[in-house]
Amino acid sequence: MPEKKSKKVKQNIYAKWGYLFIAPFFLVFTLFTLVPLLSTFFYSFFEYYSDNLDVVGPNFVGLQNYFRLFQEGRMFRYFGNTFVIWILGFVPQIILSLLLAVWFTDIRLKLRGLRFWKTIIYMPNLVMASAFGMLFLTLFAQNGPILSFLFEIGALPETFTIDSSVWGTRGVIAFINFLMWFGNTTLLLMAGVMGIDNEIYEAAAVDGSGAFRTFFQITMPLLMPIFIYVFITSLIGGIQLFDVAQIFTRGSGNPNTTSTTLIMYLNQLIVPSKNYGMGGAFSTILFIVTLGLSSIVFRYLVPQTTSKKQKAGRVKDENRYLPMNLRQFKKENRDGEVHE
Amino acid sequence: MNKTMNSEMKNISQPINNKTKKQKSIKRSLLIKRILIYAVLIFITFLCIIPFYIMIINATRASPQIQQGFSFIPGDQLVNNWNSMMSMSSIQVGRAVRNSLLISSITSFLTTYFSALTAYSIFMYRFKGRNFAFMFILFVMMIPNQISALGLVAIAYKINMVNTIIPLVIPAIASPVTFFYIKQYMESVLNKELIESARIDGAGEIRIFHRMVLPIMKPALAVQFIFAFVSSWNNFFLPSLILTDASYQTIPLIFNLLRSSNPATFDLGLIYMLLTVAILPLLVVYLLFSKMIISGLTAGSVKG
Repeated sequence: MPEKKSKKVKQNIYAKWGYLFIAPFFLVFTLFTLVPLLSTFFYSFFEYYSDNLDVVGPNFVGLQNYFRLFQEGRMFRYFGNTFVIWILGFVPQIILSLLLAVWFTDIRLKLRGLRFWKTIIYMPNLVMASAFGMLFLTLFAQNGPILSFLFEIGALPETFTIDSSVWGTRGVIAFINFLMWFGNTTLLLMAGVMGIDNEIYEAAAVDGSGAFRTFFQITMPLLMPIFIYVFITSLIGGIQLFDVAQIFTRGSGNPNTTSTTLIMYLNQLIVPSKNYGMGGAFSTILFIVTLGLSSIVFRYLVPQTTSKKQKAGRVKDENRYLPMNLRQFKKENRDGEVHE
Repeated sequence: MNKTMNSEMKNISQPINNKTKKQKSIKRSLLIKRILIYAVLIFITFLCIIPFYIMIINATRASPQIQQGFSFIPGDQLVNNWNSMMSMSSIQVGRAVRNSLLISSITSFLTTYFSALTAYSIFMYRFKGRNFAFMFILFVMMIPNQISALGLVAIAYKINMVNTIIPLVIPAIASPVTFFYIKQYMESVLNKELIESARIDGAGEIRIFHRMVLPIMKPALAVQFIFAFVSSWNNFFLPSLILTDASYQTIPLIFNLLRSSNPATFDLGLIYMLLTVAILPLLVVYLLFSKMIISGLTAGSVKG
C-alpha cells in the first residue's frame, strides 16, 4: 500500500512532462483545425460572398443556406456522381485485393517474388494524383496513344471524345482511383488474413473444405472487422475525391457536370466568389456525413488499445461475425494462447 | 526418397495407388492455379507500369513524333524537352520544384517529430485526461481536412496568411494518422523499464526522448517521414486555395494552370517531361526504400 502511494506521487511528478509533450499537438489542432471548423459552421448561417470586388455580408440568414442547398438539388447530383465514381473503382479494387491477399498468404501456393509484387502494386499510391490526372488526360487526348489505338482497331468510332462521354470520363477517373488504391487495400487485407489462425485452415482442409467454401465461410467472416474498416475508410476517401477529377475534366466536371465531385463543388464555392455562407453550409453537411462514417471506424480502432475490460469487449465484438462453431473454436484457441 | 516409396507402394496395393493419383491431381491443379495467378500478376504489373513507361518514353520524344503514335524505343529529344520546360515563361518549373521541396521538407519534419512527441506523451506518462486525449485523436483521425479548409482559408485572408507557407506547414504538427502509426510502433518496441532505468541514472525527460526514444523509433520515423513528404509533395487542394500568387506555386498547382489551356495545343514532349519531373523522383525514392516502406505500412496497420 505505501509502495503504491509513492508510485502515484512519482507519476504525478512526471505528469507535467506528459502535458508539455502533448501540448503542441492540441495547440496546433485547436488553432488550425478546430477554430477553422467552428468558423466554417459559423459562416454557414450567414450570407457572405464576394461579387467581383464587392463583399456581400456577412448577414445572418439562419438556415437559408442549407435550404438552398437542398432545394437546388445540385448537391445531390454531385453526391451521386462521387458515389458512382467511387463504386466503379471500389468494386474491382476490393475483388482484386481480396484475391491477391488470399493468394499472397496461401502457404501451399508458394508464390515467388512476393516482395516484388507487393512493391509494384503499392507503387501507384505514391504518384501525385493531380499528375496522374494530367497523364491520363494526355494519354486519352484525341491524338493520344490510347484513343488512336482504339480507333485503329475499330473499337471506337472516330467521333468519340473522352470529355463528351459520361461513362468514359467517370470510368477513367474510377480506374485511376482503382490503380492508386488497390495495392494499399491488398496490404491491409493481407495483414488481416495473416492474423487468422492457421489451425482453422488446417481443420477446414481436414474436413474437406474447398477453396471457395474456405474463403466464404472462414476467411471472409474472420476478415469482417478489417473488411469494414477498409470499406469505410475507402468511402471517406471517396468523398474526398478531387485531384484526379479536377485535372482530368479540367475543372469542368464534363460532360454536363456528370463528373463533378463533392470537393470540386466546394472548390467552386470557395475559389471564384469566396462564398463562405454556402460553402460553410456545404462543408457542414459533408462533416456530418463523414462524422457518421468515421464513428463506425472509430469502433474498430479503439478497443485494441486500452484496458483489459475493453479488450474482453473486443473479443466479443469480433466474434459477433463468426458462425457458431467457429466462435467456439476461436474461444478455445484464444484460451490456449493465454495459458501459454 | 519419397518418390521411391511411392513407386513401391504402387505395386503393393490398389487403394494407395488411388491416393497417389489424387495427390498428383491436386499437385496438377495447384500448378495450373499458380500459372493463372502469375498471369494475373504479370497483367497487373503491366497496368501499374505502362502509364509511367509511356510517360518516360514520351518525355524523350518531340511533340510531332508523339502524335504519330507510340513507340517503345526512347527518342533523342530529352535535352530539348528539358530546355523548353525550363524556359517556359508562364510557368517556372525550377521555382515550383524549390517551393515544393521547401514545403514538403518542413512539413515532413514537423509531422514526424511532433507525432513522435505526442505518441511518447500518451505512451509514457499517466496524466489526467490522457485517455480522453488519445480517444479524441483517434476520433478526429478520419475527418478529412477539406472540411475545415473553408474556415482556414477565410482566416488566412483575414490575418494575411495567404501566400505564406504557414497555413500549409504548421498544421502538420497535429497529424493524427502519423501519430497513430508511431504510437502503434512504440507499443511494440519501446520498453518502459529501460526508460525508468535511464531516469534513475539521472537523465532528464527531454534528453531521454531525444537520445533514447527517437533513435529506437528510427525505422518508423523514417517511413513516416517519407509518407509525410510524399503526401505534402502531392498535396493539391489546400495549396491551390492558399498559394494564389504564381511565385509561390508548387508542382501540383502547375497542372492546375495547364488545365486552362487546350490539350490539343500542348507541346506534348514538354508535358510528359513535366509529368516525369513531378512523378519520377518520388518513384525512385520509393523503389530505393520499398522494403522498409512496405514492412512499415503493415507494421502499424490495424490488426483484425
